[in-house]
Order: sequence, then C-alpha cells, then structure tokens
Amino acid sequence: MTNSIIHIFLALTMPPLLLGVIGKTKAAFAGRVGAPFLQPYYDIIRLLQKGTVFSTTTTWLFRAGPIVALATTAVAALLVPFGAHPAPVSFDGDMILYAYLFALGRFFTMSAALDTGSSFEGMGSAREATYSCLAEPTLFFALITLSRLSGKFSLSPMLINISLGVWLDTGAALLLLIGGMFIVLLVENCRIPFDDPNTHLELTMIHEVMVLDHSGPAFGLIQYAAALKLFVLGAFFIHLALPYATGNPLLDWGLFIISMLELAVVIGIVESVMARLRLIRIPQLLVAASILAAFSTLLVIR
Amino acid sequence: MNLSLQGIYDPALVALIAAVALGCSGIPGLILQKTGIGQIIAAVTSILAGLAGVTAALQMLFSNTTTTYQLQWNLPFGSCELVIDPFSAFFLLPVFLVSAAASLFAVGYWPAAEHRTTERGLTFFSGLLASSMAILLTARNGVFFIMVWEVMALSAYFLLVTEHEREEVRRAGIVYLIATHIGTAALFVFFSLLAAETGSFTLPAAGSLSALSPSAAIMALAAFIGFGAKAGIMPFHVWLPSAHANAPSHVSAVMSGVMLKMGLYGIFRTLTFFHDPPLLWGAILTVCGITSALLGITFAVAQRDMKRLLACSSIENIGIITTGLGVSMLGLSSHNTTLMYLGMTGALLHILNHSLFKPLLFLGSGVIIHATGTREMNLMGGLGKGMPRVAAFFFIGTVAICGIPPLNGFVSEFLLYLGFFRQIKEVSLVSLVLLAPLLALVGGLAVVAFTKLYSSVFLGTPRIPSTAHPHEAGMTMLVPMAVFAMLCLLIGVVPQQALRLVSPAIEAIYPEMISTDVSAEFGAILWRLSQASLLLLSAVVVAALLWKWRMGKNLVSITSTWGCGYQRRTSRMQYNGSSFSELAVSVFNGIMRQRVERPDLDGLFPVRSRCIDAPTETLLERLIAPLFNGAGILFVFLHRLQHGLMQVYMLYIFATLFILMLWAN
Repeated sequence: MTNSIIHIFLALTMPPLLLGVIGKTKAAFAGRVGAPFLQPYYDIIRLLQKGTVFSTTTTWLFRAGPIVALATTAVAALLVPFGAHPAPVSFDGDMILYAYLFALGRFFTMSAALDTGSSFEGMGSAREATYSCLAEPTLFFALITLSRLSGKFSLSPMLINISLGVWLDTGAALLLLIGGMFIVLLVENCRIPFDDPNTHLELTMIHEVMVLDHSGPAFGLIQYAAALKLFVLGAFFIHLALPYATGNPLLDWGLFIISMLELAVVIGIVESVMARLRLIRIPQLLVAASILAAFSTLLVIR
Repeated sequence: MNLSLQGIYDPALVALIAAVALGCSGIPGLILQKTGIGQIIAAVTSILAGLAGVTAALQMLFSNTTTTYQLQWNLPFGSCELVIDPFSAFFLLPVFLVSAAASLFAVGYWPAAEHRTTERGLTFFSGLLASSMAILLTARNGVFFIMVWEVMALSAYFLLVTEHEREEVRRAGIVYLIATHIGTAALFVFFSLLAAETGSFTLPAAGSLSALSPSAAIMALAAFIGFGAKAGIMPFHVWLPSAHANAPSHVSAVMSGVMLKMGLYGIFRTLTFFHDPPLLWGAILTVCGITSALLGITFAVAQRDMKRLLACSSIENIGIITTGLGVSMLGLSSHNTTLMYLGMTGALLHILNHSLFKPLLFLGSGVIIHATGTREMNLMGGLGKGMPRVAAFFFIGTVAICGIPPLNGFVSEFLLYLGFFRQIKEVSLVSLVLLAPLLALVGGLAVVAFTKLYSSVFLGTPRIPSTAHPHEAGMTMLVPMAVFAMLCLLIGVVPQQALRLVSPAIEAIYPEMISTDVSAEFGAILWRLSQASLLLLSAVVVAALLWKWRMGKNLVSITSTWGCGYQRRTSRMQYNGSSFSELAVSVFNGIMRQRVERPDLDGLFPVRSRCIDAPTETLLERLIAPLFNGAGILFVFLHRLQHGLMQVYMLYIFATLFILMLWAN
C-alpha cells in the first residue's frame, strides 16, 4: 500500500524534474548557467493560470486531445514498475494495454492537431503517425524478449526480473534491446536527434508543432503529459539499463530516483553532442531499431 | 416445401421465420403502386425480424442448444437438413443486426421519392441478400448450400450495380461477378469431392473425415479458394475494394459487415469436418491471414476514396480473423489448448466486432456522401461542425477499428496477442510469437489510415465550397449508427460478457477447445482489462475536470488558427488526406505507390495546370491485371459462341445434358 502511494506520488510530482535536469545538462555543455532545476514546474503552474485561445476552426476533439493524452499516460504510469517495486496495477497482458494506451493518446493528439486545419500541425501529425507506427514493432520485440527471459506476461514481473544475473546470462540480447529501446525512448519523447522539443518553427518539427494552437491550462496539461511520458518510458528503460536492487524498500526508492536522474543526464548529453537527423534518415533508424530488438528476440527464443 | 417440426417450439423456429420474413420484406414494394410505402414496410419488417432474430440467436447461444429441421424437397440430392447450432447462431447475430440497421438507414439514405427507378429493386434484393445469408448458415446439404450461396452472390451483384448508369459501377460489378463465380466453381469442386467422400450431399458431422487422405488436401484447397474468394483473403481480394466502394453505402455495410463473414463461416465450418488437421493448414491460414492484414492496411493508408479505404481495411480485418483461425488450427494440430482457445476466441470475437464497427463506418460514409456528393476525401473537410452527432459516432467507429482501448476492436486483438505471447513458454511453434510485432505494425498503420480518414472528412475547414454546409443526418440514419456505436463501447468496456457469446459457439464446433480452467483464466484477465478500461475512463474524467476548473478561472478568447504570421491562408492550404499519408506510403513503396503526374513548370509565370496523384497497387498492376488481360485475349474465341440468340443457348444446354447423360451411362 505504502509503495503504491509512493509510486503515485512520484508519478505525479517527479516528471518535470527530469526536464529540468536535461535542461541543466544541456546548459552545462553549452557553458551557460541554465534555468533552475524547477523551471518546468514554474512553467506548468504559470500555464495553468493563463487564459485560453481557441481557434474558430476547432471542435470538441481539440479540447479532448490534451485531456486524453494526459489520462492515457497517467494510466500507463500505473502499469510500469518503478525500480524494484511492482506497479499498483498489474495483470496478465497488461504490457499490450501499455503499448496501446500510448496509441490512444497519440490518436487524440494527432486528431486535435488536425482539428485546427493548420498545415503545420498536419505536417507534424503525419510525421508522428508514420514514426510511431514504425516504432511500434520495436516495443513488441522488447516485450517478447523480456517475457521470454522472465516467463511472465505482465510488465511488473517481467521488468523486475532483470537483474545482474540475467545480464551475465543474456548480456548480448539485453545490450541489443537497450540500443533499440533507447531509440524508441528518444523518438516517443521527441528528443534530439529525432525531434527538438525546444523548437517548433522549422521543418523538422514533429511533436511541438502538433500542439502549436494549444494554450493556457490545456498547454500546461500537454507539457505535464509529455514529462510524464518521458518518465514512464524512462522507468521502463532503466529496468533494462540499470537493474540494481538492494532489497531494502526505502533504499530501492532512492535508487530509482537516482537512476531516473542519471537517465535524464544521459539524454541531456545525447542532446548536447548530437545534431538533429535529416527527416528521411529517421524512418531508416527506426527500422534499424526494430531489427536490433528483433535480433535480441532471436537470441533468446532460439 | 413444408417444414416438418421435429422438436417443440423453440427460438430456432423464430430465427428461421425471421429469415424468411427478411426475404419477403421487399415483395410488397414490388407490387404496390404507390411509391415509398414498400420501403417503409420493408424497413419495419426487417427491424421486427432483426429483433426477433437477434433475440432468438442469443437465446440459442445462452441455452447452448442445437435444433434440426428437415426440409421436404423432391430434388435427388438426399435429405435437406436445416440445423441451427450455437456456432450458426453466433453468425446469425450480425446478419440480423446489420440487415435490420441497414434497412432502417435506407429509408433516409435512399428515399423512394428521390430514387423511383432503383428503390424497389434495391429494397427487394437487400431483403433477399439478408435472408439468403441467414438461411445459408443453417444449410447442411451441399447442393442446397450452393443454391443459397448463389442467391446471396447474385443478390449482392444486383445491389452492387444499383447505379449501373455509371461506368465505374458496371466495371466493379463485372469484376465482382467473375470473382464470385471463380469462387463458386471452386465450391462445386469442393462439394462434389465431399459428396464422393461421404456418399451423400449432407454435410459431414464434425471431425468425421480424415485430414490425411489425398482428397482431403484438394477439398481443403478448393474450400479455401471458394470461401476465401468471398471473404476477400489475399490473394483473392482483387474484387473487394471496387465492389464495396461502388455499392450504395448501406449495401456496402451489409456486404462488408456480414457477407464477407459468410466466406469465413464456410472456412470455419469446413475445417470442423476434419479431425487432426495437419500443421500445414494452420500455417497456410496464418500466413495468408497476416499477409492480408499487412497489405490490406497498407493499401488503405494510400487510398483517396473514403469507401475504398474502408474496403481495404476490411481486407485487413478479415486477415486478422484468418490469422486467429490459423493460429487456432496450429494449436489444434500441436495439441496446445491455450493457443487453440485464444486464437479461436480472438477470431470469433473479431468477427463480431468487425460487424459492428465496419457497418457503423460505412453508414457514416453514406451520410457524408449524402452531404457532400463525393467520396473523395481530399475535397472534404470541416464536416464535424455541421454534423456533430455523425462525427461523434464515426469517431467511435474509427477508434474501435484501430484496435485501441477502451473499445471493442482492442479486445479481440488483445486475445490474439495473449495467444502469441503464450507461445514463448511452449516447446514447439515458439516462432508464432513473431506475429505480435507484425500485428502491432498493422495496428500502427491502421492508426495512420483512420486518422487520415477522420481528419480529412470531419476536421479542419471545408476544402471546396460545395461541401461547406452539411446538415445533420435524419433520425433514420442516426439511430442505426448510434446502436452500433453503443455496442462497440459496450463490448470494449465489459469484454468478459462478450466472451459469453463466443464460448458456446466454440463449444459447438470444437468441444475440446473449451475447458473450464482456460475460460475461467481468461475470463478473469478480461475482467481485469475491463477494470483498467474503467480506470482509463475515470482518468479522462478527472483530467477533464482539472482542465475545466483551470479554464473557468481564466480568460477564454476565440480567434482563427495561428498561421505563423501568414495572413492570407486558404482552406486548400490545409494538409489533406494524400499529404497526410504520403510519408507513410513512401516507406512502403514496394507494395503501394502514390503515382503523381505533375506537369513541368517552365517560364517565369507558369500557367494553370493540373497535378494528379493516384494510389496504385503494385501487385495488382504487375501480376493480376496482366493475367486477366491474357485470359481476355483467350476468351475472344469463346465470344463467337455468345451471340444473344436465346434458342441457340437453350440448344447448348440441351446438348450438354445429352452428352453428360451418355457419359454417365
């Protein structure tokens, strides 16, 4: 019970901190002081206090977009185990629900963008649709590998199963999986080298441009949902990359928080040292990620 | 003919009477002089028959009974049994539901006052089509089955060519007619071999034939071609997109929602005749299924015609169902109860689901065509404002068909995914798990296709002025859509109840597939899924309240969409359907191409010119079209025998019979 409360508390409060850490890392690389760690929180609170502008073109879908995107990510957050602690909601087959919840959120975000009738936003959703459909198989290959390694069909046991012992046994497969899943993590969260969360005025735009017409509280919800999505996918990822557990519940929570912050630093470093890819390269890289994950599946089911 | 009652009064009789009533529903319209009354009589009859039929089928499913009737006829093909078992009853559900909904929809969509010449025939053949499908599901005599099958195929043809003054429609009709008769020819082979094997035309009991005899392989292949051609499984799908696109929308709803399932019913039923099917059968079904699903949805992504897109997505959904069936057969061959159960449950539930959301979308497309006068998605836009209710129902259909929670399409795919994942722990057929990423890719592409469909029709601003002022559809059109939308939501939120419909159907054909352990286990999982759906819905409510609270506290202003500083935007600058799918299509360049014909621009001030882009199917253009062109050249010789002289045709028939008689003696 306590663990569930901590789980929900962390999911509610911690996500914007990751964005703060990424921002600080990038600032450090650029030789700037950078915004404070808590800046994303200030931004969200500020947005929640602002007025809203609606376009005359839009219908109810435009209003529903941010709401459903947040709700789906929040439910997905309840399915993923944080660190060594099982998730509050867990049942056989929940990994499929996990994958499809993101599809639901994406469906609404894309529809809301197209509801404005702006060609910029249409462009963003067309890209989002194509890239996410290419990223889908990677996630499923990863789930197959994990479920083969653990013999379980639910996210919590299959992710918590990964430990140093498993790493020693099937290091190669897990290494390939990390490669594939890191690409998915960056694509799904619109990070460099696939997309740049800080710009929406260039032709490489994907996610940021889809939310161009949202404003005020709705935009605040979008910002928070984006941070939560990074948090949820990151929590999935660190099970693969940093599978440490001490056995002490409190210590494990601390370890989880530190691992998440480390992940944020890594993302910050990647964003600092890499340039954005050309658009036509992105599908190729996504297919490559799928193939990496497929290799890892082959290694474990042979 | 008279029906001799063998049992006491039961729902099966109600279902049969309802089926016959459907068939007769169009007759008053043919006789009555006054326009319009016939259509209303037909709609009322169909709705009453549909209600009675659905109730009866549900009763038969829940009570798990099988009823047999003997049809007295004087034809030399043995006794003609009509049997309704829970498996037939399961397929009867969509037949009655969709045909009743379509006939109500027709009153608003194809009003007799506006379509004086076509309405009578349309109403009559709609009834006949529904009736023949219902009776087909009960037929247990091979010859009777083929007769009813032909009535079904031909009624569908006459419905399809309703607007035969358009050349496109006539072409689609011819292609359909050829495809369906190639299928029927294969069915002749199948039923003849079957009769030779069993000694009578009565269909054999479940599990009574050996799958290992040499004739079994030919029979199975003939049945697969014959029924597969009707179901639209690749590579027999060629007729499907144009036929479904060119029929009136409520007919497309019946054809896509129900008639394709008759082909599947045939495949399911045929497989039950054999015990211990070899692995190869399941493998072929699985491979054809997943190929149909992947290619079907890829074609759908590239379409510009709204109804062609829906038709291509039917190929996809039939593919998903066939994959489920194939996987289930593999489970049967390898004695893997869980795989059998999950494959079969997923397949049957998807049949039910597809017959809810696909008619919903086709009926919706009918309303849209009514309002805009075109099927071209690139010319529409902004309809959501004028017809909010249609837009809302259509949206539910779109989410459902993408297989996204919390709607019904997700439930059946969820069961299939579970089946694939369970293979990980098995010793044999582990590689079936690789179907999971493929199905995920299909799901991702479905999202592309249906976001494109919904957004280019309902969102944004109208792209051409003639589609700018749509009106909300009338009640006769809205009610059927609302019913389908509600059912989609219902199955999505309480999937464990839907399982209760599927289980008796499976038990009737494969009792060994259902064990209390397995159904209890997956019933419990679906119950958890249902809780998760409710959790999701409540999360949406909480987020909405949060947003509402914050928005209420602050200023709300209304203005135009932000144009990045550009002032003179026109609605034609919006991203349209083709531009939306261009990137996705370019990734799948090999199987689907966006052919663009654009003029060269020269000079400083280029003159007005046209740019045409059209989706083209590589497989169709490179392989199938040349094949048929070759056949066309060969058939030129046969053309000489066909000259329109009735008396000579009758001579042909006489001569053929005479020669056959000599041969037989």
